[in-house]
This record gives sequence, structure tokens and C-alpha cells, in this order.
Amino acid sequence: MVLVLALGDLHIPHRAPDLPAKFKSMLVPGKIQHIICTGNLCIKEVQDYLRTLCPDLHITRGEYDEETRYPETKTLTIGQFKLGLCHGHQVIPWGDLDSLAMLQRQLDVDILVTGHTHQFAAYKHEGGVVINPGSATGAYSSITYDVNPSFVLMDIDGLRVVVYVYELIDGEVKVDKIDFKKTTHTAH
Amino acid sequence: MMLNGAEDEDKWLAEGIAGIQQNAFYMHRALDSNNLREVLKYSAQMLSELRTSKLSPHKYYELYMRAFDELRKLEMFFKDESKHGVSVVDLYELVQHAGNILPRLYLLCTVGSVYIKSKEAPAKDVLKDLVEMCRGVQHPIRGLFLRSYLAQISRDKLPDIGSEYEGGADTVMDAVEFVLQNFTEMNKLWVRLQNQGLGKLREKREKERSELRDLVGKNLHVLGQIEGIDLQMYKDTVLPRVLEQVVNCKDELAQYYLMDCIIQVFPDEYHLQTLEILLGAFPQLQPTVDIKTVLSQLMERLSNYAASNPEVLPEFLQVEAFAKLSSAIGKVIEAQVDMPIVGAITLYVSLLTFTLRVHPDRLDYVDQVLGACVKKLSSGQKLEDSRATKQVVALLSAPLEKYSDIVSALTLSNYPRVMDHLDNGTNKVMAMVIIQSIMKNNTCISTADKVEVLFELIKGLIKDLDGTGVDELDEEDFKEEQNSVARLIHMLYNDEPQEMLKIICTVRKHIMAGGVKRLPFTIPPLVFSALRLVRHLQGQDGEIVGEEVPATPKKIFQLLNQTIEALPSVPSPELALRLYLQCAEAANDCDLEHAAYEFFTQAFILYEEEIADSKAQVTAIHLIIGSLQRMNVFGIENRDTLTHKATGYSARLLKKPDQCRAVYACSHLFWVDDQDGIKDGERVLLCLKRALRIANAAQQMANVARGSSGPVTLFVEILNKYLYFFEKGNQQITSSAIQGLVELINTEMQSDSTTQNPTSDAFFASTLRYIQFQKQKGGLIGEKYESIKV
Repeated sequence: MVLVLALGDLHIPHRAPDLPAKFKSMLVPGKIQHIICTGNLCIKEVQDYLRTLCPDLHITRGEYDEETRYPETKTLTIGQFKLGLCHGHQVIPWGDLDSLAMLQRQLDVDILVTGHTHQFAAYKHEGGVVINPGSATGAYSSITYDVNPSFVLMDIDGLRVVVYVYELIDGEVKVDKIDFKKTTHTAH
Repeated sequence: MMLNGAEDEDKWLAEGIAGIQQNAFYMHRALDSNNLREVLKYSAQMLSELRTSKLSPHKYYELYMRAFDELRKLEMFFKDESKHGVSVVDLYELVQHAGNILPRLYLLCTVGSVYIKSKEAPAKDVLKDLVEMCRGVQHPIRGLFLRSYLAQISRDKLPDIGSEYEGGADTVMDAVEFVLQNFTEMNKLWVRLQNQGLGKLREKREKERSELRDLVGKNLHVLGQIEGIDLQMYKDTVLPRVLEQVVNCKDELAQYYLMDCIIQVFPDEYHLQTLEILLGAFPQLQPTVDIKTVLSQLMERLSNYAASNPEVLPEFLQVEAFAKLSSAIGKVIEAQVDMPIVGAITLYVSLLTFTLRVHPDRLDYVDQVLGACVKKLSSGQKLEDSRATKQVVALLSAPLEKYSDIVSALTLSNYPRVMDHLDNGTNKVMAMVIIQSIMKNNTCISTADKVEVLFELIKGLIKDLDGTGVDELDEEDFKEEQNSVARLIHMLYNDEPQEMLKIICTVRKHIMAGGVKRLPFTIPPLVFSALRLVRHLQGQDGEIVGEEVPATPKKIFQLLNQTIEALPSVPSPELALRLYLQCAEAANDCDLEHAAYEFFTQAFILYEEEIADSKAQVTAIHLIIGSLQRMNVFGIENRDTLTHKATGYSARLLKKPDQCRAVYACSHLFWVDDQDGIKDGERVLLCLKRALRIANAAQQMANVARGSSGPVTLFVEILNKYLYFFEKGNQQITSSAIQGLVELINTEMQSDSTTQNPTSDAFFASTLRYIQFQKQKGGLIGEKYESIKV
């Protein structure tokens, strides 16, 4: 069992002062094995904070990131799953599932995690999964109105991944659970 | 020589102890055989050892303790009349025959103790006699220890009310008189000890004296324990008499120690009720006494008292505790002309802490303390002492911690005036403390007036203060500070649009004065704050009512345009371009075509003129296409102009693969997959064909450069775009075209088996798998795909 924290589009300090306190108190060091961050942190302080939660940190570049050396895309393998990471402003139309599916085929991954729309989303697609963890700070977005802060925890266990979505709605954290099984014929 | 002195002292102490032990041995034998005459003889000889003047107080104490233990045994013997057959009255006479005064008085005190216990005479008479007799020893150390012995044996025999030794009407007074007299005499002896040393020995003396202070202080503890002392007596007799002694002794060490003792040993309610008398003594103390520490202790005690007993608060008001403390502090600062500024400020910090704890609702008191501090600070030059600066920071931090909402501090008129006295560095530290306090408490600053005051307080972070340029500062610190300001801007918020616009204008006014290094940090949060307001207004575009210029999206967009304008000259053209595009999308949502077009124009100018780096261009062009794709406000003409430009930029990127990808992305500008979106299949196809040509060219260039064709990734990407539009129902995209593309890629891959590229192979494989997947789906999609063979 491996816990992977997926989050992005924090936009600190451009659009939000900080992560919600409720999230901060939930995210404690030592529980998470990997962090994947789609980008737009935007400053180093935020990266440093994430690193205190877990040293295994993977970040791709958002268009507002101060750090310009983050890669545009990144792939990594966790257990039986191959994960792909990308901020998503490069995929036009923004947030379009069919276009994201093309990126998923291009990166040849089981799970594709992207951001940019600030709207949480998780789809099963041709045997793979496309996830958008939303904005961890609930930052303003030109694409999504009334953004609630959200992030995703993935519990990867064998051929199964359970996606927990944490969303802050009117000051209360709501958790949702989505189950995915890897179909074995998706051979590489 | 000092070493010899110490060695000699050890020798003398050893001799003294030996003397005591030897005589005690004989005394014990006499005690065992009930021989009173021998007992008196040897005990007097034993006590004679205490007559030495050679020992330091420390060593003398050791000697005294030996004798003290023996005296306890002696007292037991005296008490048991059956052993010696002499009445206590006679015994009291008898011991006065001892030849030497010091042993005589120790013996007298010992018998005195038994005498009081026997109740054959009133306690007050015996005590009075003893305390008078002890005057006979005027040597400071010997006298102090003798009187300390007297205090020790008498403490449980005072004629206190409720005690078994209680006397007549004035019995408590008698007890008080006795203790006060012993205290007065001991203090005189103690002070005299200081004056004995010569210049060189002074320091050593002071250390020795310090070791003796508890002997004197013990009397005050005894006073504190006398049950019968009520407030009236404390006020009329005890406190004035003690203070008189403290003031008159004119000794720095004694004054500091005894004032502290008074504060510690007497109850808080007495302090509160006698505040005027107690505080009246402070300005009369020697100018070198560390008054601030003692006064701080007093204020701390009083505020603890108030905190743990809320019912006493009316008393604080009744006696005007704050006013009295405040005036006393003023007088002390005036009296002690040499007090360093740090001392004065420390006093104000204590007073502030006091009022914050006791009168949390009295902001005027807080402002008064700050005002007094300003007055003190104004008399001197800028603060340079780092300890004093620290105290000022403590002074300014205290209200923030207490009120946990900065809004209270913002109403304190003297707050910014105190801040002005800080050096630039500390001023910034304080500004950061203010911001952190706001962030920590999640305080919302909700009016433009308060924002104005706040920015005045933190101006050290907002603009260059005279003297320091930004260049001299540490880069990391500067970034951290400016990021804090950026975070802060999100806390300035009001739900009411008119006020919110005022807040935004106030923030804008201040940050625009920040200079080129600050703008990239401060403009983005301001822009997004304004965009949030725009979105808020979007829902409620009612009729304009009233005279005031209302907050309209149009007006805000003008303001935004003027704000972002400042960034390219910073230079931060990439940031400016992103912000323009955000504004364009917001204008689109407000149905403001003109404003949206203007923002795009600005973004395009920046793209053409300011963004030169090829990687930056690639990101910028994707953002332009992505935003433009979402716009639905434009009429045909404006839309054509903008899409034409965007495709033009795409085809002119430096690297072929980048060109190719941007051009196929442009195809989405002509096909918007919603109900009334544009669906121009022909132009989509033109884009894709153009992308193919570029991919071919890229392939050829790779051939020339490396002697082999490059990866086929671009073709696979274009194939995916074909599939996308094919599925969306674009009639221009045919299954035969897709078939052709698949075969082209197959050929390319076979012709170039030397440059295996696992990435593009996998991409192609998964694309083919996708086609297969769609074919098997059945229904409309399956039908569509049927003719494609893979």
C-alpha cells in the first residue's frame, strides 16, 4: 500500500494567501510516500513546505511558477502503475478530456494527473484514469467559477487504486472515494 | 595573598568548629548529669567561638549553624525544670551573669524562648527586653546573626491574634513593633557592613552582603505571616515604617532587595489598596537602583491577581491603578536621569502588559502608554541600542498578540508614531510581525480606511524608505517580505463592491509607489483581487443608483489595464502577458468585447516586442491559443484578426516541432465543441495539413542533420488530432485521410529501424490500440471507424 498525494494550482501568493488551515492540519509528515504536484505553486516557500511533508516530490511546470526548471511533463512508476504528470495549460482545449486522453496515450501511462482548470475531476478512460486534483487553495480561475479547495490522495495497492478526494466546502472537509482497477490487457 | 587569605580563613573556621565541638562535648556531659553550673560555663565558652571577626559571612554562617544545633539541645534542657531545679524567671536572671556579651545574649535569647513558652511573663515584655538587649552587639556580622537567632526563636512565639501568646488590646501591634524593630536594626547593621570595606574590597563586600540579605528579608516574611495585620494596620504602620527604613538607608543593594521583598511577601490586595504609598517610595530610591525590574514584578503580580480573580476588577478601577502606575513610572523616569532608554521602555512594556491583562477593553490606556513612549523616544535621537529596539518591538507586539485582530491596533493613533522611531531594518521586522499576526488570525481588513492605516504601518515593506535602496538588501529576505505583502493583499476584503473597489484603489495607490523590484510581487495579487470583484459583480448588474461612481466591471478593467501596464517596463513581460489574458477572459465573461480585444492586443504587443526567448514564446503561444479558444465575445472580424495573428505566431516559432504543435493546437480555434461554437471544418483541416507539412520539414531537417529521420512522434500527434476531429463529426476529416496517415507512420517507422524510439513506438501503439478500442465499441462510433484498417 502506497499513499500518493496529488495536488496543484495553489497560486500562492498570487491568488491565495496560503493553504487552508484545515488542509494543513491534515497533511502531516511521514504518512505520504510520494507527492505529485501539477504546478503553479508558485513560489519556493511552497515547494519547501511540500518537501517537509514528503521528500519524494515530483513537480511539473505551471505557467506562473517562479522556478522555470520544472519539466513540462513527467512520468513515474509506482507499484504496478505508470503515472504521468503535466500542468495542462499546454493541452488545448483546456481541460478537454479527449485531448487529455491523447496526452495519456503519448505518455503511455495508466494514470494521468493534470491541473489548470481548478476543477476536481476523475475519469476512467480506455482502461486508464485521468485525474485533476483541483486547486489546493481554491484559487481564482478563469475557467471554473466558485472553486472549492481540493486535493487528492491515491492509495495504490497492487492493481487497485483508490482515489480519495478532499474538498473544503463551507469550512468543512468532505471526502469522496473513487475506486479503479487496472485492466490487465493494457500491456506495455 | 588572596589565596593565603582563603587558606587562613579555612584554618580559622576549622579552629572555631573544633572549639565548639570541644565545649559542646563538655556541655553534653553536664547536660547528662543535670549540672546547671557546668552547662552554663561550657555553653558560654562554646558560644564565645562566635566572637571571631576573622571569618567571611559565608564561613561565619557555617560556624553559626554548628552553634545553633547545640543551642537547640540547650533549650530542651532549660525547658525541663526537673533537671536543673531553677525556675525560668531565675534562669533568665542567671544567664545574664555570663562574662561576655555575645554568649550572654545568645543564652538570654535561648532562655527567653523558654520563658515565653512558660507564659510566666507576657510574650511582648520578654521580646521587647530581648530586642533591646541585642543592641549591645554592634559588630555587623555578629549582630546580624545574633538578631537572626532572635528572629528564629521568636517567630512562633509572637503575640499574634489567635496565637497562644496573644496579649491585650494592642497585642498585634506589639508583635509588629518587635519584628519591625528587629528588622530596622538588622538592616542598619547590614548597610553598615557595606561601608566598612575600603575601595578595593568594595566589590567583595557587596558579594558577601548579598549572601546575607535573606537574614534581613526573613523579618519581612515574618511580618507577612502575622495574621493580625489587617489592611488598616498594614497601611498605617507596617508599610510606612518598612518603606521609611528602605528609603532612609540610602543603600542600593538594600533598596532593590527590600522593595522586591515587600512586593513578594505581602498580599496582592494590600498592594492594590496601598498603591499610592508604595509607588511614592520609588522616586525616592537611589538613582542607581534597578527600579524597572521591581516595578515590573509589581505590575506582573497585580495583573496575575486580576486575571485569577475577575471579581476584584472593580477595585482596580476604584483605586485608579493604571493612572497611579502610569504616573509613578513617569516620575521614576524623571528622577533617574541616567536611566538608559532601554530601562524606560522596559517599564512601558510592563505597564502595557499590565493594562492589556487588567483592562483589555481600554484601548485608550494602550494608546496612552504608547504615547508616553513616543514622548520619551522623541527626546532622544533614533534608537541605536539593540536592546532598546527589542523592547520597542515587544511594546508594539503586545497589543497584536492580545487583540489577535490587528483592527484594534489600527485605531491606536500612537502606534505608527512609535514605529517611526525604529530604524529601517527593525521597522520592516515589525511590519512583518504585523502581517504575520493578520495571517495567523485570519483577520480580514474590511474598509479602505483601515487599509490606508495598515499600509502606513507597513510602509517599510511597501516602498523604499529614505536612506536604503533596494539593492543593499539581501535578495532572499526581500523576496520573503514581498511575498508576505502579496499574501496580505488577499486579506483586504469586503463583500460590498463599492467598498471593495475603494480597497483595491487604496492598495493600488500604495503598491504602485513600490518601484520596479516590488511590482512583480505586488501586482498579481492586486489583479486577482480585482478579478474576484469583477466576478462578484457579474452576477448583479443592476441599474446604477445614486451619485457615487459605482463599481462596474468596465471601470475595474480600465484600472487593471493601467496597473498591468507597469509590468513590461520592470521588466516582467511574461507575467504581464499572462495577466492580460486573464483579464481578457474575465472581460469575455462580462460580455465586454472591446475590453477583451484591448487586453488581447496588449498581450500580442508584448509577445511581438518583449518575449524573445524561444521557450518562453512556446509557453506564451499556448496560453494565447488556450485563452482565445475559450472566447465567445468576439464578432467575426475581431475573431479573425486575433486567430490570424495567433496562427501566424505559431508558424513562426523557432523550432519546427514547436511550430508543428502550436499550429495543430490552432485548429481548435476553428472548432469549438459546444452548442453555438464555431465549427469551421475546412480551416481545421488547413491547420492540420499545415502541421503535417511542418512535420515533414522537421523530418527532412533531421535527415540532413543526423543522416537519419527523427522520431515520428509529431505524425502520431497529428494522427491523434485527426481522430479527435473525426469523432467530433468534422466532415473534412475522412477515414481515408486517417488510413493514409497510419500507413505513412508505419512506413516511416519501418524505413528507419536504426533509430528505435520506444517513446514514439509506444505512443503509436497505444493510438492504434485506441482505434481498435473504438472499432469494437459498436454503435455510431464503431460504424465510423469500421473502414479504418490497422
